Amino acid sequence: MNEIQLELKNQLQKFCLQKIEPHMEHDDETETFRMDIFNELGELGFTGMTLPEEFGGVGLSYQDFSIALCEIAKYSVSYAVTISVSSMVQAILNEFGSVVQKKQYLPALSSGIEIGAFCLSESGAGSDAASLITSAKKTTQDGTEGYLLNGSKIWITSGGIAKTYIVMARTGAAGSSGVSAFIVRDGTPGFSFGKKEKKMGWRVSPTRELLFHNCFIPAENLLANEGDGFKIAMAALDKGRFTIGAIAVGCAERALDESVRYALSRQQFKQPIFDFQGLQFMMADMALEIECSRLLVLQAAKDYDSGTPNAKLACMAKLKATDTAMRVTTDAVQILGGVGYTKEYPVERFMRDAKVLQIVEGTNQIQRVVIARLLKKEYSKH
Amino acid sequence: MWFFTDEEKDLQRLCKDFAQKELAPFAHAHDEAESFNLNAFKKMGDLGVLGITADPEYGGAGMGAVAATIVMEEFGKACAGSTLSYLAHSILCVNNIQNNGSEIQKEKYLPKLISGEMIGCMGMSEPEYGSDAVGIQTKARKDGESYLINGTKMWITNAQYADIAYVYTRTGEERKNLSTFIVEKGTLGFSVGKPIHKMGMRSSPTGELIFENAKVPKANLVGKEGDSIYHMMKNLDIERITIAGISLGIAQACVDQCIKYAGERKQFGKHLGSFQMIQKMIAEMATETEMMRSFLYTTAKKYDMGEKGPSMAAQVKLALPKMATKIALDAIQLHGGYGYSREFPLERMMRDNKLNEIGAGTNEVMIMIIAKNLLKDLKD
Repeated sequence: MNEIQLELKNQLQKFCLQKIEPHMEHDDETETFRMDIFNELGELGFTGMTLPEEFGGVGLSYQDFSIALCEIAKYSVSYAVTISVSSMVQAILNEFGSVVQKKQYLPALSSGIEIGAFCLSESGAGSDAASLITSAKKTTQDGTEGYLLNGSKIWITSGGIAKTYIVMARTGAAGSSGVSAFIVRDGTPGFSFGKKEKKMGWRVSPTRELLFHNCFIPAENLLANEGDGFKIAMAALDKGRFTIGAIAVGCAERALDESVRYALSRQQFKQPIFDFQGLQFMMADMALEIECSRLLVLQAAKDYDSGTPNAKLACMAKLKATDTAMRVTTDAVQILGGVGYTKEYPVERFMRDAKVLQIVEGTNQIQRVVIARLLKKEYSKH
Repeated sequence: MWFFTDEEKDLQRLCKDFAQKELAPFAHAHDEAESFNLNAFKKMGDLGVLGITADPEYGGAGMGAVAATIVMEEFGKACAGSTLSYLAHSILCVNNIQNNGSEIQKEKYLPKLISGEMIGCMGMSEPEYGSDAVGIQTKARKDGESYLINGTKMWITNAQYADIAYVYTRTGEERKNLSTFIVEKGTLGFSVGKPIHKMGMRSSPTGELIFENAKVPKANLVGKEGDSIYHMMKNLDIERITIAGISLGIAQACVDQCIKYAGERKQFGKHLGSFQMIQKMIAEMATETEMMRSFLYTTAKKYDMGEKGPSMAAQVKLALPKMATKIALDAIQLHGGYGYSREFPLERMMRDNKLNEIGAGTNEVMIMIIAKNLLKDLKD
């Protein structure tokens, strides 16, 4: 870790311990998101880390960003996810938006005054995202050219608390080439929120359904060109994969930390339970898997930073890190035994939070499909 | 199972109907609210399962471990939390009194426990003595015609609802000098601590039992002083077999739900079930569930036939909960976002099942027991 990264990690650790950790048990139980915490993270520069300074960002690399997300996830996977998705929205706007769009939406997002959301999945289109049916029909309203949005989106992270939504909708034929991306603001007539999902984990981060009923979006809110939507979504996923991996590493690291501390202090049969070989093997494996995951995530981030993104490695980083997080958090509950199963220790929360990391940003099944597809491609070249 | 008697088959059918009617529809709400389905529990009295292993003369069903496991599986498919409370009552309390209590104690407590008029619990673990259960420090000291009990019991299922507690205490310095008492609610010096909030099994209340010079009549000593160690070890076998039954129920419910979903959900223009990866998940989890079933009921049957190997129950308890956690995690994965949502029962089943890897002896303690037995000739 370089000096900037160490400083970033220390600052975040201090902030999270003071401001986030004390609320987590309560907020998880009551499913409460605190906008003031997000705003404060923004004031410290943590909500626009990868955006260039021109639009209020900090201009850090994705390696730095991964280290930061990992640190936040040690305290709260939910806040890490909120930042990660909002940063992804900023990256999309920065890469594909017009200068006007950037000036209009980016400063509020990078400073943490507002939150961004990315809206792709539908109830019938999950892993098979290109089959989405939310429609955007060209129309003119009061002399303004635009689109009428109809349909719904599901599993939207930060739905309801976000102000800027990047919505994928169909403007053309079936398949991926008929999808376009739109910027939709909270409060637009015809845009409303459906039910808030009740979830196993990520309870602090709201997940909501979005409903569009004859929702008029002016043409100036189209991102890039008609038909570019799927390309934009896939570009976002390139970064999204290893950032989810980074969050998974943080989640797993916290679980290991809690396990080792507990195993050293808990006495049974007149010795610390750490001294039992059965537990030593578990913890050694946990530490090993975490380091493998961290290296994969950082390598994928480094490749991205150097302008040579490696899709296969990014998929592997997501797959390995999230499978690791699931296994390590499950074992942590096991090592802490009865107290691990209670709300008095955070490990059960991390276990619940870990599970969905294997599902979002492309399920781990889809990661395997993609890895295999890329393998086939490599080999058919020769 | 092929060897179920007609009586056991009837029981299975009855429990299945009961569970679908009285447990399944309320499981989600009680999980959300961390509340106990007292209504269903009381109705289990009429169903006739609260004293599944107790003698008919006290109102019991007079059946064995196979029957008790059948109840666990069927209830476990619907609501594992309610099933755990049922287990604490019928296996940890009723079965213990049936096997170890005096005639007077049985007559006094069993009929009410079996009808559902009273709820029972058992106190073994303490804050500092979990896996090392024989080390417990709650002390009972003779005081005239009574005993004075001091100490705290931890992780007690049904604590807040129990009318009586079957409590293990220390009556001497020697490690194995343990004695058991039946302590009634309302006994001076006996109270229940704050509820313990848990990851899963949220519809099964868990609390602490606190003894501060609790005065318990000598008549409530179970057996003789120093007998506890035998009671404890004897009952742990059936406890471990039956808790594995809850894991079997959970695994089977996950398999059923996955098959249903794979036939309904379409992606890429095809049913999920037509993808080889999904087929592999379902085929494997169904196969593992069948293995669990055979292993569990065979062990229960052996137990009923009087075969009581030292690590027989421990092996079942090690294998089943672990496999069920894996199956439940895979079932969530197969359902994607819907699996993670609390509107589907899968994530609850996973949270509930995790307890079975910890309660009634952790996986690690099962490994210790099994290895100790296998390697008993080791000299060093």
